[in-house]
Amino acid sequence: MKKKYFLNANIIDPSNSLDEIGGLIIDENGKFEAVGKKVNKNNIPSREKYIDLKGKYIFPGLVDMRVFVGEPGYEYKENFRTLSNAALSGGVTSVVTMPNTNPIIDNVSMVDFLKRRGRDKSKINIFPTASLTKNLEGTNMTEFGLLQKKGIIGFTDGIKTIQNTRLMSKIMNSANDLNSLVIQHAEDFELAENGMMNDGIISTKLGLQGIPDVAEKIIIERDLSLLEEYKCRYHISQISSAKSIDLIKEKKEILKFSCGVSINNLSLNENDIGNFRTFLKLSPPLRTEKDRLALVEGLNKKTIDVIVSDHKPEDEEQKRLTFSKAATGSSSIETLLSLSLELFHNESVKLYTIIEALTSNPAKILKINKGNLNIGNNADFCIVDISKPWIVKKENLLSKSKNTSIENKKLQGKVTNTFVNGEELYKL
Amino acid sequence: MATKSDKAVKISQKHLLGIQDLTVSDINFILSEAKQFIKLNRSENKKLDTLRGKTQINLFFEPSTRTQSSFELAGKRLGADVMSMNIVNSAIKKGETLIDTAMTLNAMHPNLIVVRHQDSGACNLLSQKVRCAVINAGDGRREHPTQALLDALTIIEKKEKIQGLRIAICGDILHSRVARSNIYLLTMLGAEVNIVAPTNLMPKDLEKFGVNKFSDMKKGLKDCDIVMMLRLQNERMSSSFLSSNREYYEYYGLTPDKLDCAKDDALIMHPGPMNRGIEIDTNLADDINKSVIQEQVELGVAVRMACLKIFCN
Repeated sequence: MKKKYFLNANIIDPSNSLDEIGGLIIDENGKFEAVGKKVNKNNIPSREKYIDLKGKYIFPGLVDMRVFVGEPGYEYKENFRTLSNAALSGGVTSVVTMPNTNPIIDNVSMVDFLKRRGRDKSKINIFPTASLTKNLEGTNMTEFGLLQKKGIIGFTDGIKTIQNTRLMSKIMNSANDLNSLVIQHAEDFELAENGMMNDGIISTKLGLQGIPDVAEKIIIERDLSLLEEYKCRYHISQISSAKSIDLIKEKKEILKFSCGVSINNLSLNENDIGNFRTFLKLSPPLRTEKDRLALVEGLNKKTIDVIVSDHKPEDEEQKRLTFSKAATGSSSIETLLSLSLELFHNESVKLYTIIEALTSNPAKILKINKGNLNIGNNADFCIVDISKPWIVKKENLLSKSKNTSIENKKLQGKVTNTFVNGEELYKL
Repeated sequence: MATKSDKAVKISQKHLLGIQDLTVSDINFILSEAKQFIKLNRSENKKLDTLRGKTQINLFFEPSTRTQSSFELAGKRLGADVMSMNIVNSAIKKGETLIDTAMTLNAMHPNLIVVRHQDSGACNLLSQKVRCAVINAGDGRREHPTQALLDALTIIEKKEKIQGLRIAICGDILHSRVARSNIYLLTMLGAEVNIVAPTNLMPKDLEKFGVNKFSDMKKGLKDCDIVMMLRLQNERMSSSFLSSNREYYEYYGLTPDKLDCAKDDALIMHPGPMNRGIEIDTNLADDINKSVIQEQVELGVAVRMACLKIFCN
């Protein structure tokens, strides 16, 4: 591989507290050789070509902590190859995959399969999770230790919540013994039963069963009470409401844990559902504008640690149904960064905070050496034109499933190049 | 052609999906058309040829006696060819989606599709996929516009107005499309609407629709001109909402002592089918001086004739 030189870019790398104009050198092995303002024309041999990135940005490759891939079982929705292409076009170079496949990722042999497929077909770094309970049944724990040894990054039931309090306490104990990461999808099953959207005036008007925000708060409250007794690495997958923010803010004073938010909940609210738009049927549901603003504030105040895409590819057939029968989730990985940049452009959140929530923070929670521009590390990064306008068109999406929640939305900011291990794998 | 241009002026919507979409003048137009059919329905010869050559398909995904027969009769009296699909034997049972069913029917060039579906918003989805007019005969818990229109017509027939009346809607509001459509219509036409229900059967944020909420029935019925009872929809209740029917009757069933709180000339309405002894005292339901439940059924045909005529293209 030839050495690569980039100059005059705005470089943001929160893991190294870097926010400056400078250059980047990638060595022959695809590793970062030098980065920052000290890299200028004088460091480059005169015979070598360099790329001038004046006005553009360099970010570490994004780390997306919540991604559903269809392998195995739902390859028609998304496979590792299509997921990679979609991710790369959005600057994402590392993903945490959910175990909600068919069969479920709940045993060691499934992990072997995943790793093989990931290695052969994926162009990005795949960090698979396994389920917390066997077959997602919420009764028996999976083998955290053995699964972890095989390369499982963390444990979650994905779209399901551990409802049983006793089991949750045992999970926390085991996770602590084995230093495993527990990721909870917080939703009280009974309160949310048959729910499809936020419980409020819109659900009353549309005649749809609501999910009260307290359904999320109750599980978080319970888990954090348990966490006081049974310490472990605990992460709340996504939160959606102001109530949860208030609670988490208070608990972060006394407890160590982390929490995420979906870019959908940061950018949209329940009004966007309009006339039964099934592409906005999401979990957790979109809530009120007041909730959305509280989430944005939570991101600013570091109550929220990470932004995730909650990329959930669903084929169109599963969305072309009545709202109650339609599948839940949106295909969001390609627009994760661009939609996040909307928060910067409308002056809600600092760019540095956004990039932190998309790179260094998830990497820290996962304990992986990704999402940074460390010298000697594999050169995973993206180049972004943060003011480039574009429109989200279903037909241009690279994901196998086109169920975007923001079809036809005008966005500002687009990834123009993405590199993995120093190799350019995406170019606009 | 004159009627066509009339329609363009007088109705704002292509489909009748809900009262929410209508304007006050739309509602008044439908009601005035309906009035003309009341007499016809009471006369010996009930057949017109207004919709001769037009095809009306009734697509009922949920069991229904009065609404389906009312629409069928309404279409036939206007001279339309009416086909009622039997869902039990249809391809839907074989897994066909609503959209595919819609496309199939659309290919047969109907002029009207009357649809009832257990999912809220089903008629909206259907209306996006067909060329003809779609009439909502009840979708989930969202809307049942023709029921609200026939209720309005009944009230006007008996009280000569809606503006200024105090109307109580009582019972299982949460699961009721009839309640929602009536709330929209009655508030639009200037009635004061009291909603009476146990909190467990009251949808969230209902007060934002401009109604008064009561969990005490006697307070809610105070000085009301109309008492509209709703059916307790046990089949839609997935988990415990109420302790027992016995207790429900005690606190929310319409009994003579509770009715005493309303005005002396208050009328009792019920969209049917009734659970006698659960939401309404059986003698009150049959009291011809107070109950207008039979009139509601009668005027339902007239209202549906008006809707079919107006929305048919």
